[in-house]
Amino acid sequence: MKVLAIDTSNLVMGIAVLDEGKVLGEYITNLKKNHSIRVMPAIEQLLKETGVKPAELNRIVVARGPGSYTGVRIGVTIAKTLAWTLKIDLVGVSSLEVLAQCGKYFNGFTVPLFDARRTQLFTGLYGQHENGVFQNLWEDQIILLDSWLTKLQETNEKLLFIGNDLPIHQETISEVLGSQAVFGQVSDHNPRPSELGRIGMDRDPEDIHTFTPSYLQLAEAEVNWLKSQGK
Amino acid sequence: MIKDEIILAIETSCDETAVAIVKNGTELLANVVASQIESHKRFGGVVPEVASRHHVEQITIVIEEALNKAELEPADLTAVAVTEGPGLVGALLIGVNAAKAFAFAHGLPLVPVHHIAGHIYANRLVKEMTFPLLSLIVSGGHTELVLMEEHGSFKVIGETRDDAAGEAYDKVARTLNMPYPGGPHIDKLAQEGEATIDLPRAWLEPESLDFSFSGLKSAVINTVHNATQRGEVIKPEDLAASFQASVVDVLVEKTYRAANRFDVKQVLLAGGVAANKGLREKLVVRFKETDFDLVIPPLHLCTDNAAMIAAAGSVAYQKGTRADMALNGVPGLDLEAQ
Ligand SMILES: [Zn+2]
Repeated sequence: MKVLAIDTSNLVMGIAVLDEGKVLGEYITNLKKNHSIRVMPAIEQLLKETGVKPAELNRIVVARGPGSYTGVRIGVTIAKTLAWTLKIDLVGVSSLEVLAQCGKYFNGFTVPLFDARRTQLFTGLYGQHENGVFQNLWEDQIILLDSWLTKLQETNEKLLFIGNDLPIHQETISEVLGSQAVFGQVSDHNPRPSELGRIGMDRDPEDIHTFTPSYLQLAEAEVNWLKSQGK
Repeated sequence: MIKDEIILAIETSCDETAVAIVKNGTELLANVVASQIESHKRFGGVVPEVASRHHVEQITIVIEEALNKAELEPADLTAVAVTEGPGLVGALLIGVNAAKAFAFAHGLPLVPVHHIAGHIYANRLVKEMTFPLLSLIVSGGHTELVLMEEHGSFKVIGETRDDAAGEAYDKVARTLNMPYPGGPHIDKLAQEGEATIDLPRAWLEPESLDFSFSGLKSAVINTVHNATQRGEVIKPEDLAASFQASVVDVLVEKTYRAANRFDVKQVLLAGGVAANKGLREKLVVRFKETDFDLVIPPLHLCTDNAAMIAAAGSVAYQKGTRADMALNGVPGLDLEAQ
């Protein structure tokens, strides 16, 4: 099975091509540059380098968010269009789950995070389930840093924090959690598209037409409108 | 035998997700438009973030429907055209990236199109263009007079200095407590009223072909305000008729002057406000018994659609215009740089 994995959900842009038991190629940048301009050329180049033609692909796996609304939409739009028009499977994977993967052998729980502004985080809790499989334990959410740390404290487990936005919050996390908190190193913070592709290989395909990003929150105008309706 | 040129076009610059397929530049094979207007009505205007979300939900459905209607496969296509700009950046990005992915998947050439060029070229689906021609473009975001000496050449000879005509309509409609979008409501109301209220017409400098509608908009708001303070009742029908008369007078007269000054053969109406009955009627009257060939496209080609992008894309394709996979949505794209 030949898989193309696409992640444009945050600043890190990642593309990977996998073939059965092999990661054929991976392209990762962590730059504040426009995904809309760079992602299709990156896909074009990586497929060319790995000798895979679009028509030979069997599956597209995309990071569906949370993250930058615009960023997520670019990847999801490309993934939906490619999968639909090539008549192949589409799989969506949480962007937090992809980021969490570098904690999969960590003895404790893993906390991937993206800053969501106004002291909020996009985050979730990941770790080994009783069945020994590394997976999501507490669902992805948008939450205030303080409330999240209070909840995490109660796990009584070592917590590995990962994400390029850690510097914004690391001090507060250390203050609250002390030695319970472990921080990933500089090379751990980029979500790897090969992990995205690997996870997506085993998941059930989505309905392409109705597939949407995981924004984890409504558009601001929707929130205000619902309020005005007394809902 | 010469192979037919078949272009699939995608347009997502504002609140319509649209895909069309056009054969040899003029023959419409499919024209699918998924409008979001019902969703934006509750906000009283288009919300960019909401528009972008809807585009992602609709994009593959609309492409599929267009191909099904035309009974074509991607392999039958010659090229993919897409609106590069201007428009809402987040909305443009969906169309641009879908177009790139689609073109890449099938090894098709990609042709970027200017949204306003598209509006003008909607006319080519109705009647062949004869040059030089003048086009009056009126929409929610644009009020422009564009001179074309030949295919693919655009010169803006007049434009609005403040609000677009459509914007003025929406704002006045809000003053009259009418739902969004205001244009059609005012147009309808105006048909039932008399233009009895004196409202200003912004002619600007004698030679100018530019427009200005913000003064008119303020005059309407003041008229309503003053009447309310004096306890008088203004018939909304009359106010709508007066406002419409003021807008249409200036639009039609400046178009007529420009047509004479540049001695054009054809005069084209384009853009969403071209659906306005008052404007269409007045244009027809003004250009009757002149040598100018006035072309007004049917309503479904005036509002945003992808057929117009395909029509403009066909000409661009023939001229060799191509984009690579780095194409981006450009919210402030310049028409004359095309
Ligand atoms: Zn338009």
